[in-house]
Amino acid sequence: MKGLLSFKHGVHPPENKDITSGIASRRFPFPEEVILPLSQHIGIPAKALVQPGDRVERGDVIAEAAGFISSSVHATAAGTVKSIELWPHPSGDMVPSIRITVDPNSTQMQRPRIVPRWQDVKDEDLSKEIGRAGIVGLGGAAFPSHVKLNPPKDQPIDLLLINGCECEPYLTSDHRTMLERPDDVYLGIRIALKALGITRAMIGIEANKPDAIEMMRKTVPDDLDVSVQPLQVKYPQGAEKMLIKAVMGREVPSGALPSAIGALVQNVATAANVAAVFETGQPLIERIITVTGRGIRKPGNWVIPFGTKLRDVIEHCGGLADDAAEIVFGGPMMGLGQANLDVPVLKATGGILVLSKDECKRQDILPCIRCGKCLDACPVFLNPQLMGMLAKAERFEEMVAEANLNDCMLCGCCSYVCPSNIPLSQLFAASRTQLKRLSSL
Amino acid sequence: MTDSIVKLTASPHVRSAESTIRIMWSVVISLVPVVAASIYFFGPSAILVLLASIAGCLITERLFGSRSDSLAGSLADGSAMITGLLLGLTLPPGFPLWMAFLGGAFGMAFGKIIYGGLGQNIFNPALVGRAFLQAAFPVAITTWPAKTQQWWSLQGDNLALPFMSPVVDVATEATPLGNLKFGDEPVVTPLFDLFFGTTGGSLGETSALLILLGGLYLAFRGHLNWHIPLSIFVSTFLVSGLFFVLGISQFPPLFMLFSGGMMLGAFYMATDMVTSPVTNRGCWLFGFGIGFLVVVIRVWGGLPEGVMYAILLMNALVPFINRATQPRLFGTSGRMKEKKGDAQ
Repeated sequence: MKGLLSFKHGVHPPENKDITSGIASRRFPFPEEVILPLSQHIGIPAKALVQPGDRVERGDVIAEAAGFISSSVHATAAGTVKSIELWPHPSGDMVPSIRITVDPNSTQMQRPRIVPRWQDVKDEDLSKEIGRAGIVGLGGAAFPSHVKLNPPKDQPIDLLLINGCECEPYLTSDHRTMLERPDDVYLGIRIALKALGITRAMIGIEANKPDAIEMMRKTVPDDLDVSVQPLQVKYPQGAEKMLIKAVMGREVPSGALPSAIGALVQNVATAANVAAVFETGQPLIERIITVTGRGIRKPGNWVIPFGTKLRDVIEHCGGLADDAAEIVFGGPMMGLGQANLDVPVLKATGGILVLSKDECKRQDILPCIRCGKCLDACPVFLNPQLMGMLAKAERFEEMVAEANLNDCMLCGCCSYVCPSNIPLSQLFAASRTQLKRLSSL
Repeated sequence: MTDSIVKLTASPHVRSAESTIRIMWSVVISLVPVVAASIYFFGPSAILVLLASIAGCLITERLFGSRSDSLAGSLADGSAMITGLLLGLTLPPGFPLWMAFLGGAFGMAFGKIIYGGLGQNIFNPALVGRAFLQAAFPVAITTWPAKTQQWWSLQGDNLALPFMSPVVDVATEATPLGNLKFGDEPVVTPLFDLFFGTTGGSLGETSALLILLGGLYLAFRGHLNWHIPLSIFVSTFLVSGLFFVLGISQFPPLFMLFSGGMMLGAFYMATDMVTSPVTNRGCWLFGFGIGFLVVVIRVWGGLPEGVMYAILLMNALVPFINRATQPRLFGTSGRMKEKKGDAQ
């Protein structure tokens, strides 16, 4: 483990990836209804193109990007648009969503779509095709990929970093993607390299996935300048800035994007889905999702169409165990807790985690004893101890001006290590919300 | 399928198994060998003095330390137990029990509770208690009776009535530090005796080996910031070595390290998380300061021992050290902006 590249600080939560890492992904059955929120990405919500009563085929565009930083939405199953209405969203809000009643008699074949050969597309037009397919970053942030592949002209990119860290405990969807779709990943890398007009790429994979490292090494195309870099197992290595630090040894300047030092990070699953756009014309309508945790009866990796309701996923995976305590979209460190079983899975949903009572015990909060463990855990070298005190005193402006709250990634390392169980990163998230509220007054 | 999910929390949804309560109790556990040794060396007196000082701490914490808004003061966190144990270990075996009790109560009340309880205090409460005793009963706290012949007999006037001075009718013996500093013929106690504890001294000051073991256990478990003892040892060794070589002091550097309260202070007092810096660089500064002050007090001070005051003085500087050693923000070359206000 030592000797491998990594970043400083960070934490080592129990990995628990063995629950599902050995289970090959299977196709999830189409549900009776899919719910497709117009906002499944960072940026402006998409604009609906369909009316209630419209018949849609799988893969049809049903909402288009409504601005530069926006992304289109496609029908993930053939059927009839039932309504466009506010529906519970995994973020906790009610979001305008397209409800499609799935046609039980459809073969769910995708409507044939004419796609240009990627080799023939001009470099700068590739990102437009990618944008049309509704591709967003699948690592969790769901930032529209076509925007990312169009970096500012004054900040030239010279390295494409492919993120295969999957540092969140429990999740194995990226792991399965690398094992099952290595050729797609490499085709996605080719296309991204062409779109960026560069030649060099690196794949960072944590050392707890030796089979994925081997598979990616075995399948490197001879004509591609790609190296596979094993990394120490450490959370949050999959965060862009941490991955860049681990692989390139350089720090992205505070407040800047990775392009400031010539790097662009893309998730392996994103790369694989970019490939699908040009291979089969399939837009982003499904992905591998890990359904895991001790609170679900039949954990596994599933290719689930977006819009499938949480309720359907749980039912199909054997239901909740008796001691199920909490449902999370994403991993245990940064995932979103879910209160409503009607929320749909989204493009950014890499995992559905059902924690048992034992896995997420409630612990009493004690006073801070200034042990300094949070400072030793923070990957961006903040002082969470100080920020926590400021947050409790509701001195939000000082948190930004003097403790650099805006540099916090909300990765949760400080909360994870705190022996007094002080909810530090939760306080920081709440402080940001408060600040937003204050500034909008 | 059940719809009743009992929990909805913000991320992270998992936490490390580490807990403040566990840290505190493992400190207590790591002291067991030291306590056992003190009982072996000093007999029932050791048990009585330790119990008296622990009782002083626990009772005071229970009576005045509980707060409605937190678990502080519930005794379960183990912090009062540690204070009592540590204070007891700094006392001479023949110390009157009422004084030990009073020292515990004072240290707890004025070293910790008055600031707001666990996590809020500036000074190490055990040392506050000891400083109080040193000021109030300077004779009793520096009387080290010569070891009695029988293990089971008391080491002095433990049972002196409250508000009565102890009657010392047994022969007294100087500690290694006192021996070297104030003896008619300065003697350097052999390192072997210091290391294994066959010397006179306070209850827990005698066996460097056992304290070292306990400290290493805690450092290994991550319950103790090893930067602090290491920097104390390095600076004590260097500073006293320099003075020794220059002929200014008569204390050999290794003797400095293994005598008096050095080991107990470096591993258990200075490392008190609440009263030491939060940054590792701060811990280095803190430790260097302690080592330097210990040597200065031992060489030039009016007291044979300087560990207690060295740590208390550096405790006072911790907020400044924290402020001066804020971590460098990722992706910047500079430190964080200077802190204003009293957040520490």
